[in-house]
Amino acid sequence: MRNLLLFLVKHQFVVLFLILEITAFILLSHSFSYQRSLTFNAANDLTGNLLKTSANVSDYFKLSEENQQLLAENATLRDMLPDRQPLVDSNQYSPDSIYSYIPARVIRNTVNHHDNFILLNKGKAEGVTKETGVLSPQGVAGIIIGVSEHYSIAMSLLNQHAKISARIKKDNQLVNVIWDEDNFRDGTVVDIPSHLNLESGDTVVTSGNSFIFPGGINLGTIVSYQKSENRSLNRAVLRFSTDFNSLHYVYLVKNLRKHEQEKLLEEAEAQ
Amino acid sequence: MTVGLVKHIIRFVLLILLQVWVLDNVSLGGFVIPYAYVLFVLLLPFNINKSLMLIIAFFTGLIMDFFGNTLGLHAASLVLMAFARPAVLNFYFPRIETQPGDEPGINKLGMGGFIKYAFSLILIFQIALTFLEVFTFHHFFALIWQSVLGAFATTFVVLLLELLFARRNKRRLQ
Repeated sequence: MRNLLLFLVKHQFVVLFLILEITAFILLSHSFSYQRSLTFNAANDLTGNLLKTSANVSDYFKLSEENQQLLAENATLRDMLPDRQPLVDSNQYSPDSIYSYIPARVIRNTVNHHDNFILLNKGKAEGVTKETGVLSPQGVAGIIIGVSEHYSIAMSLLNQHAKISARIKKDNQLVNVIWDEDNFRDGTVVDIPSHLNLESGDTVVTSGNSFIFPGGINLGTIVSYQKSENRSLNRAVLRFSTDFNSLHYVYLVKNLRKHEQEKLLEEAEAQ
Repeated sequence: MTVGLVKHIIRFVLLILLQVWVLDNVSLGGFVIPYAYVLFVLLLPFNINKSLMLIIAFFTGLIMDFFGNTLGLHAASLVLMAFARPAVLNFYFPRIETQPGDEPGINKLGMGGFIKYAFSLILIFQIALTFLEVFTFHHFFALIWQSVLGAFATTFVVLLLELLFARRNKRRLQ
């Protein structure tokens, strides 16, 4: 026993090094799985406040760009008004009263990591919960994975763990969208059935199959598609409609019936 | 002693704020971010207790992890860098004479010496950081290349900051 203690004291530098590294690795391995990152509440109010200070400054420099985006969005919304578009596609524009929208501001957003996160200035107090969808004016941006009193943190689409259920707009075929590119503009469409013929420019939208996003929200357009002979499921490169590098104002979309939907599904699966 | 302690605490706060407010938003060519806050560990005094240095490095990394939502990533990389620091100093400067409180900065090591010292340790830090972030050896050479570019960027910013710190110190001596 005494020898062991002497040994530990003599080699305390190495022993301490090993202890600290093991601690760090345990923390790191916890943050790897998406499910665990849901339980770990990273959006804490202290770091949130500090980051908001710098966001306040950079706001001024983005005002003109922001105006442009709001104008573009206004124009799109105006196009949807009934008098402009008498034949409304009921699939797309039916007033989905089960979704409620909360506007929020991006306090911090990264695009250059392998796992990117978006910190937002709305939290529990404003009714944000985990697994709320985040929409940019141009399309899907991410999913909330942690909330504190006044802040929330979202997993950006630019995240190795992000996987969004989607469909090809022209023929409603189900696919999935992931991000394994080294740049923030392009994602990957996976699980494309081999009989499908995609062309560059085809639009990919949310499927509405998850309880998080409403259906028909823009994800992006196909950039290139290479059919492979020997595989049944193909991949294509997708240009995100959201410009993650200029993300500033977003909408949080809350499914008010999510709980009910999930419960029903659970019951069906249990049988 | 207390003057030295206060100086290190002020430097710590300034570097963390600089990193979070400015440098984290800089990205050269997509993936290269200068992590200049490591200068804090590089400039801890020669005569600091080595175990204390590991603990300081661990918590410094952990604070960065809280901001970047990467729990454990910076802590693991920075502890590895701190662990290598005594060996690297001993390798490059085996016979250097130091007073208690002296820092391994430009004033003590000289320009070339500081660059050698800083780049070696920063490269260790960047390699650990890059590989731990993706946690795979799949794109080995691409990741090594990314680490080297990151180490160049970090060393460049660290050098600029150290020139700033070193000049102020010299002026105070006069």
